[in-house]
This record gives sequence, structure tokens and C-alpha cells, in this order.
Amino acid sequence: MSATPEFGDAGLETLHEILNAHRGMEGALLPILHAVQEAFGHVPQEALPVIAKDLNITRAEAHGVMSFYHDFRENPAGRTVLKLCRAEACQSVGADALADHARGKLGIDWHETTADGAVTLEPIFCLGLCACGPAAMVNGKLVGRTDAAKLDRILEGAR
Amino acid sequence: MKIYLPLDSAAVALGADEIAEAITAEAQKRGVSITLIRNGSRGMVWLEPMAEVATEDGRLAFGPMTLEDVPALFDDLAAHPKALGLTDELDWMRRQTRLTFARCGVIDPLSLHDYELHHGLKGLKRALAMAPAAIVQEVTDSGLRGRGGAGFPTGIKWKTVHDAKASQKYIVCNADEGDSATFADRMLMEGDPLTLVEGMAIAGIAVGATKGYIYTRSEYPIAITQMQKAIQVARAAGILGPRVLDSDYAFDMEVRVGAGAYVCGEETSLLNSLEGKRGVVRAKPPLPALQGFMGKPTVVNNVISLASVPVILERGAAFYKNFGMGRSHGTMALQIAGNVKFGGLFETAFGLSLGEIVNEIAGGTASGRPVKAVQVGGPLGAWFPTSLFDTPFTYEDFAAKDGLIGHAGLTIADDRTDMLKMARFAMEFCAIESCGKCTPCRIGAVRGVETLDRVAAGDPSALPLVADLCNTMKSGSLCALGGFTPYPVMSALTHFPDDFATTRAAAE
Repeated sequence: MSATPEFGDAGLETLHEILNAHRGMEGALLPILHAVQEAFGHVPQEALPVIAKDLNITRAEAHGVMSFYHDFRENPAGRTVLKLCRAEACQSVGADALADHARGKLGIDWHETTADGAVTLEPIFCLGLCACGPAAMVNGKLVGRTDAAKLDRILEGAR
Repeated sequence: MKIYLPLDSAAVALGADEIAEAITAEAQKRGVSITLIRNGSRGMVWLEPMAEVATEDGRLAFGPMTLEDVPALFDDLAAHPKALGLTDELDWMRRQTRLTFARCGVIDPLSLHDYELHHGLKGLKRALAMAPAAIVQEVTDSGLRGRGGAGFPTGIKWKTVHDAKASQKYIVCNADEGDSATFADRMLMEGDPLTLVEGMAIAGIAVGATKGYIYTRSEYPIAITQMQKAIQVARAAGILGPRVLDSDYAFDMEVRVGAGAYVCGEETSLLNSLEGKRGVVRAKPPLPALQGFMGKPTVVNNVISLASVPVILERGAAFYKNFGMGRSHGTMALQIAGNVKFGGLFETAFGLSLGEIVNEIAGGTASGRPVKAVQVGGPLGAWFPTSLFDTPFTYEDFAAKDGLIGHAGLTIADDRTDMLKMARFAMEFCAIESCGKCTPCRIGAVRGVETLDRVAAGDPSALPLVADLCNTMKSGSLCALGGFTPYPVMSALTHFPDDFATTRAAAE
């Protein structure tokens, strides 16, 4: 797992910009957490008390919300985030074997990052590509009919 | 020369962006002036990326396109290696009744001009000339039922919100389409987002709501962008804002993005999530229609329900109601997925048999092997064996066979599928995605995985426990996640007992 970088004054400034941009919004916490993760690559733990104070909620509530959702990560991800669909439609066209191939090739399990920080492997439940599975998402880019060869090319590019 | 190439996620996942670049480059190389329109998908996913060229006779289709097929688009089109003929004449298109998806794949999704040319805004204009209660009545009379899965009459939900007295009301569009095998919401938002804007505006006017939210998924990046752009287009044209089309009604909306929690597709956990809380299910009552978003009266409707409203208002309730079968009126956007020869979106009136859908429309499996089972309605839907293929596709007929049609997604699986494994996966998925509120779901799903592992290991005493556990989950959970996970599990056990017995027999 990659080390969590210092948050620092620059981070705090960015955070305050994000908070200002969301002021007055109904139910702002999720949009704020998305913006923080977009800016920092993860949701730094130091950010939570600041967000909580700004929204007038407890730190426990902020932590509770962040930890509820699969998308938000406490630590930085690898340079390439590979998400493989595990849902039924993709399973029916070989998603399980593809996942085994990826895990074997990378030497990691779900939710883990390779030691060199190159690739993080995550499960995803449905990209809405159910008629052209197995589906994958590579750093936000959608991939359909993913087979072992296609996956190898993707991983080759991620090294 | 006018060329259409979808920006739909499925087309993009199969290389549409690269094809688009190649088309532009080839046109430049040849000095040909082209207009390249990135449209929605026509729904024939096996043909994606599918290019279309506008001709005097109509639009000609070509697909599935590869980079090598691009130059020939500029030569004799009849001789193109991927020529399919006129799009509208393709069997898949001719057999459909496209009401909700009439414009999807046809128009430039963000062109208001195109939208109006294809009957866009007619429903909203008619609604603006009606009393709000009359709009609600029209939707009630159409027989439209919630397309998200529950099938609750949309008009009745609207009436409750209409009749409620409050300083603020909301329209919340449930676009958290997390079920495997479903992609209709995504396709509509990508290919015809203005229809959803129009449907939500009509809903707002009908019930007295001035603010709308579309809650969609982080897994749908293209749909998010398309919706945001469409809202801007609508705002610039005065469709959204303080005076909707110069009327006295105000309505505006925004897109909100979830964060990977399946349970947020359940309306009460969606509302909590929208409020910035953990997506934990709320007990009902109070109904969201009376105390929904921020405790105010709220219409929570699925994308397809709301997107069906403009055509109902444009053509009238009777027109829509005449489609369908029994108490399932109108059309349903079938999403045919999994191990399937012809997969994609097929909008048709209720009432086709499951067998017709799977064998005739979808052409059976992609692997060419026999179909073993079809899961209808997503991860919480039952697995149907081929012996139940005569079941007509309606809410009631599927319920009568211990299943559900849900959001009309169908996952087709071939004879290599191990149904014990699929039952275990249903429990595993429930354990991962449970919001934690109800014990039968939170703990039961974990025990379900363990118990099914005992079945797989040959423990004969485990099977009655599975049935008992499913019963507890079904009656002891607040929402469909814990309550409906027994559907895939018990249907697998009931219809495919051999898959649960082989290992046991081998062990004995």
C-alpha cells in the first residue's frame, strides 16, 4: 500500500476552495468528497475534521459517510486503477476467469496495489456494458469484451 | 456528408472514439467535408461501433466498425464490407415499438433543434396548457407504472405529492441503475437526455415542485457529462429556470453522482445519500411522497418512468395505455445481456413470452451452447429455466412464477453455468452491498455464503438452512436488497436442484 502524503498548507488551501465552491448546496457532503478525491487522488484523513466543521456535522458522521461508499479511498491508488466487473452478465461471458488472470498476472488480490505502485485492482458491480462484457474501466476509460489478451495489453501499458 | 457514430458507453467501450478520430482523419486526407454527429446508440450492441451515413433514401448502417473499415465509408457504400442496409429496415428495429426511445440513436442528443424536429417539447407544451391535477390524471390514466422495478403506478405517486401541502417539493430521478443487465437509463441519458429533462419538468409542474435532482452513478461517466450538458442547453433555451417556456412555473435541476453503493438505488437510501448521509435505508412510512428529500414531499421516479412522460403527454394517455397486456400497460425497454448473440436494448409492448425474447429476438447464446437459465430483473431477480419460457413478460405473470421483471434486464447464461455458484454470488453481493440497517440482510447474507459453501462441500443438512434463511431475509428486511436476494437463491435451488446435489452425491 502506498504511503499517504503530507496534507500540508497547500492541501488545506485547496480544501477550503472546494468547501467554498459547495457552499449553500443541499446535501453537499458527497459532492465535496468527490471533489476532494478528484483533487488529491484520495480523501486525506486530515481533511475530514475540516469538512465536518464546515458542514456543522461531527467528525464521526463525516467518517461514517466516507467509509460507507466504495468509491472513496483513504490512501492513494496505483497509477493505473483497473476495475473489473464482477456482476452476473459479465460472469456469464467469463468475468471470473478474466479476474483470476488479472490477479495472477499482477500478483495481487482485489483492493490491492502492486508493490511498485503501478496498478490497483478493484471489483466493480456493473458499468452498464452488460451486452458487451466482460467490462472493465481503466483510469476512467471504458473497455468492453475484455479478454486476457486485451487485459495484458492494458497492463503492459500500465507498467 | 453526414455521418453518425454513437458516443454511447457501449460503443465507446468497443472503440467508437478511435473510429471517430479515424473518420475525421480520413475525411481530411480526402478533402471531403463531413459532419460527424456523436449520437446515442440504436441499441444493437453486437453491431457497435455502428456508423451511419445519411443518404437520400435514409440512414445506412455499417458495423461493427473497425479502423480498417473506415476508408471504405468514403467509397461506394453498397460495397462496404460492413454494410447492413437501411437502419430503419433492420429486423431488430422494425420489430420494436419505440415510444420512450423514439429519438435515442436518431438525433444529435444535445441539439434542441433536432429534439424539436422529432416531437420534443410537445408534451411539455401541452402540459403547460393543462391544470396540474389534469396532468397527474393523464399520467394515472396512461397506466404507467414505475419502470425502476417496483411497478408502482406513477400517477398515484404524483397525486400524493400534488395533494401534499409544503413550502418546497422535489422531483428526484432515480438514475442509480446498479442492476447487472440493465443499461436503459444510461442509454437514454447518453442518447436523448433532453427527454429526461422534459419529463422531469412536466413532473415538477404537475406536482408543484420547483427543483429536481438526477441521482446517477459514478460508473456512468458519459451519462453524467451528457446530462450536465443537456441541462445547460435546456437552461439556455428557457426550458429550465424561473419561467419554464415563459410560463409562470419555475423548475430547475442538477445532476448528483453516487459513490459506488448499490443500495442507493433503493429510493430511501438514495434520498439519504442525496442529503449527504450514509446511504442507509429508511423505514416507510413516512412515504417519500410526503417526507422525502430534506423531509419534503418528493416524487422519486426511475429514469424510464420520467422519460416516458413526454410521449404520454404528447400522444395522450389512451394512446400509451393501448400498448401492453393485462395490467402492464405501455412499452418496456428490454435490456438483453450476458451470454447472448444479439444483445442490446429492445423496446416493445409488454406481453412477449420470455422464450420469444431469448430465442427469437436475442438469438440465443453468443457461445452457441444451449441456454441454461435467464436471470430477469437484475441481481435480485429470479433465474428462469427454459421450462418457464412461456411466461409472458408482464409484472403479474412474472410475479406468479416467483420472479419479477424489475428494470427489465435479462442475463442469459449457457449450460456451463453452475447455479450453486450463482446462488452463492447473490448472497456474497448482498453481503458486500448491504447498508447494514436490517440484521437479516447484514448478517444473513454472510451466513448465506457460508451455508452455501457447506452445501458445496457436501453437507446435506445445510440445504434446509438456506431455505429457512431466505425466508427470514425475505420477511425481515426493510428493502429489496435483503428482501429479494432470496429470489435468485431460491429460484436457482428450485429449478436447478441437480447443481446443489452433485457435490453432495459425490461426497456420499
